[in-house]
This record gives sequence, structure tokens and C-alpha cells, in this order.
Amino acid sequence: MTYVESNVKLDAKGLACPMPIVRTKKAIKDLEAGQVLEIEATDRGSKADMKAWAESTGHHYLGTIEEGEVLKHYLRKSSGQEMAEKTYPVVASNEQLEEKLEDRSPIIIVDVREAAEYAFKHIPNALSIPLGELDKRLNELNKEDEIYVICRTGTRSDMAAHKLASNGYKSVVNVLPGMSGWNGQTEGLND
Amino acid sequence: MTVREMPVHEAAMKAMMKESLFILDVRNSSDFEDWKIEGKGIQHLNIPYFDLIDGVEDILNLLPKDQEVLVVCAKEGSSVMVAEMLAEEGRNVAYLKGGMKAWSEHLVPLKIGNLADGGELYQFVRVGKGCLSYMVVSNGEAALFDATRMTEIYLEFAQSLGAQIKHVFDTHLHADHISGGRMIAKQTGALYWLPSKDAGEVVFKYEALEDGIEVVIGSSTIRIEALYSPGHTIGSTSFVIDDQYLLTGDSLFIDSIGRPDLAGLAEDWVGDLRETLYSRYTRLADDLIVLPAHFMIMDELNADGTVARRLGELYRDNHGLNIANEAEFRAMVTKNLPPQPNSYQEIRQTNMGTLTPDAERQREMEIGPNRCAVR
Repeated sequence: MTYVESNVKLDAKGLACPMPIVRTKKAIKDLEAGQVLEIEATDRGSKADMKAWAESTGHHYLGTIEEGEVLKHYLRKSSGQEMAEKTYPVVASNEQLEEKLEDRSPIIIVDVREAAEYAFKHIPNALSIPLGELDKRLNELNKEDEIYVICRTGTRSDMAAHKLASNGYKSVVNVLPGMSGWNGQTEGLND
Repeated sequence: MTVREMPVHEAAMKAMMKESLFILDVRNSSDFEDWKIEGKGIQHLNIPYFDLIDGVEDILNLLPKDQEVLVVCAKEGSSVMVAEMLAEEGRNVAYLKGGMKAWSEHLVPLKIGNLADGGELYQFVRVGKGCLSYMVVSNGEAALFDATRMTEIYLEFAQSLGAQIKHVFDTHLHADHISGGRMIAKQTGALYWLPSKDAGEVVFKYEALEDGIEVVIGSSTIRIEALYSPGHTIGSTSFVIDDQYLLTGDSLFIDSIGRPDLAGLAEDWVGDLRETLYSRYTRLADDLIVLPAHFMIMDELNADGTVARRLGELYRDNHGLNIANEAEFRAMVTKNLPPQPNSYQEIRQTNMGTLTPDAERQREMEIGPNRCAVR
């Protein structure tokens, strides 16, 4: 069994279309922005619909795991902050990070998205530290390292970069736009 | 207003007879783009059901007021929900019973014509998927060609005519739909024929269909003659029935020709396809009526819903039969091909007997258009 972390679980097993989406729509209202909802369903058609519905509403469809008859869908509630201003001054483009990786530079990539987002797709060897856990996991990072912080669209990584810099980390770079536009190598459940 | 349930047969007749029908398709847009109910008189609006959960007010002015609206979804559930909401707004509305699933499985039997000594030939139009299958009946005996997995329909139809199914043929190993041939043969004790060149990986017993084999149906003679016509697959075989009809399988359609790539060997088979279409078939009589195993677009249907045309007319009108330059022909059938049918590899394995999916999975594998042709 593959375990993917989520904040809230919804059981829609045995329900036929349209009920899985009707329940999902209701459940996601109670989530906080950025939280992850896991939906268990047995209606095979729910996979394509979940993806299409998420796209039409702005929520982020992370992926689906199939376990026998059960489909587990993962959605992240839209934060509404995707367009927020990014203020951390040291930035790199996705392409610049790709070049660093190709040159085998001794850098650390910190992926600050939720664990479920990371589980479905991430850059090989990236370290997963969700933004909400960064404070208590600072000790996993070395202050002298060259650290590239990445998230989906650059907003969470902007906050993380500020935090790292103010804690004395000397070489911190925010990657823009981040995983939403990443064309380089990846690994995870979606591969 | 109350919601009416429209049986799939009614929708099929409207589509085939080019009647006017307004469809609100509430599946997600990619499923709709992939495959939908088509017909000359049909108008569509696609709004996914999940955009209508909170209400239908926003789309009311997009729907005709003076005409019944047919709501369609994948299985039925969402279309009932949306239809009820529209009925509450006072609209004249129906939903398609069984949804696109039922649409995909519906067969309409149509009589093609009479054969020698009281024999008859029927075409079964699977309008939702563009598959065509055939039944020859004569003096209490029947033969089936390219039967779909909806086996009950053929069994009941033969019974209603008082005929016993003696022979079941597949013109080739199908890649777009699951054959019902083997199942029907098993249930009726009929012989199941498959071209041996397509049956290399088949794991069950079958009668080897070879060029020149003749089968007789009924006490009086209706001659069914096998004609080797490779190209779509290496074993593809056509049938000449009663010197009147030519069953072309997936080699030649009304407005298109077969594609040679579904078993993965386009480059190897393109020469065979050329030979079949530009040489083997040209030696046959011009007035044979061509009966293909598919249609691609509703325009290929005749006014009575049948799909049939004289071979001579096809040589005049079908673009795929009129490409003099061999290199150009080769390019047409190997380059820029349409996408392959959904799940076509799994469907082939099922037809070989190496995969045994349950009924629900079989249904899913067949969802979507057939895409067996190139135009």
C-alpha cells in the first residue's frame, strides 16, 4: 500500500456519479486553503471528472492511486495566493536550476510543498520539508549549503526563503515559477 | 414538468434517421470531445455536471425553449440530476436511459436484402461505436459475421426468425471492439472461424479461415466464399455472399479505407493493403454491394439507416481507392494516422483469449469511437 499524507479523508466508495463530486465539493469547503483532501471512490469515471472539476474550480489535482477497486484521489484546496507578490530578492529560474543539476553542483533542493504534492511528483533527491514544518526541521539543513527552495508556483518557497535567510542560512535561492512549470527530471507516483 | 426517460433505441433512431434533437451533454469536456452522440439533425451543448451542482439558471438561455432537451452523461446518474433541475425550471426535458454506456452497446438490426431461395441478410448497426455486424439466414440456419459482445441480441434475433446459428465468422482479429463470436459459438454449438494468420497468439480452439473456403447455409444453397484480403491485419478475410454482397471487414469502408497499424506493423502490411484494394477487389464484379464492418461518420449511412454501397461506386467516390501513386498511398496510411482506438492492445488480447476482463471492464475498454480507418 502506498501512503500519501492528507489533512482530511472523504469516503465516497460505492457512490455513483454525480455523488463523488457532490460530496467532494461539500467537503473541500471546510478545508483550509492549501490543505490536502483524500477522496476514496469506486466509480471509475471519478478520476477524469475529479481532474476536470479541479481545473474548472482552481483547486489543484495532485493525482490518483489505484488500490484494487478503490481509487484514491488527492486534491489540494486552492490557496488563492498564487498571484501573491514574491519579495525574496535572490531568485533562479527553473532552467537555471536545471543547469545546476546537470553540472552536478553541490546544491540542496528543499521542496516546501505538502507531502502529498511531493509524493506524486518531485525533482529527484529534493528534500521534502512542507512549509508548515520548516520551523521545527531547520536543523536538517546546513547554514553553509547552497539551498534552492521550490514549491508549485513560487509563493510558499518565497516565504520559506525569507525564513531561512533570517535564520542565518547564507546562500538561499527561490526557484521561479517552480514545479508548475518544471520540465526537467522528476520522480514520484505519477511517473 | 416531469422528466422523461428516453430509451437508447429512440435516440438511435433519431440519429440514424437524421431527425432533429438537442443534446445537453454533461460529461467532462475531454470525454465529450473524444466521443459523443452524432447525427445530421443533432445539436450539442457540453456543460459538465459538476458546473451545474449549484443550479442551472446560468445555462437556461442556452437551451431551446420550444424543443425537448435530452440530457446525456456517462452512465445516467448525473443526467437525471441535471434533468430534474431543468424540469423544475419548467423545461421540457428527458435523460438518456443508461447514458453513453448504453449508447455504446445498442444495436439496431436492419434488413439489407433477400438472398437466393428465401434467404435474408441483416445488418446490425452499433450506432454509438460505428461497428457493423451481419447475419445471413436461410431455411432455419444462420451465419454471423463480426458479432459484438452483446451476444443476447443475435441469439434472440435468430430465435425470432426460427434460425439456428451454425457458423460464426470474424473477418479479422479486432482491435477496436471485443468480439462476441467465440461466446456465441460456445452457446449455440456453432463453429467459430478466425483467419489463422491473425490467430498466432490465440489460446482457444477455432476453425482456420483460409482463402477459398466455402460454407453453405440452409438446405438450399447460399454460398459464402472467403477471400483473403490482408492489409488491415495480415489475416484479414472478406466474404462474397450469394454472389451479391461483399463483406469487406476493416479493409474497405464507404468513405475511407482500413489502417494497417493496429497490430503494430504498418510498414510491413501497407503493401498487402495496396494489393487488396488496388488488385484483389478490382477483379470482383462492380455490382457487388459492399458491406463493411464499420462506419466512421453518420454521412456514410443511407436514408434507411443501412451502410451499404456498390463496389463500382466506391471505386468512383472513395478517395482511398483513387491514389494512383504508390508512395503517396503508403504515406497516407502510415503517416499522420488518427489516434489508435482506446485500449486497443487490451482489446486484441481479450480477443485472443490471453486477457479475460470482467463485463464492467470490457465495457470501459470499448468506450469511445472506433478509429479503424484512414481517410
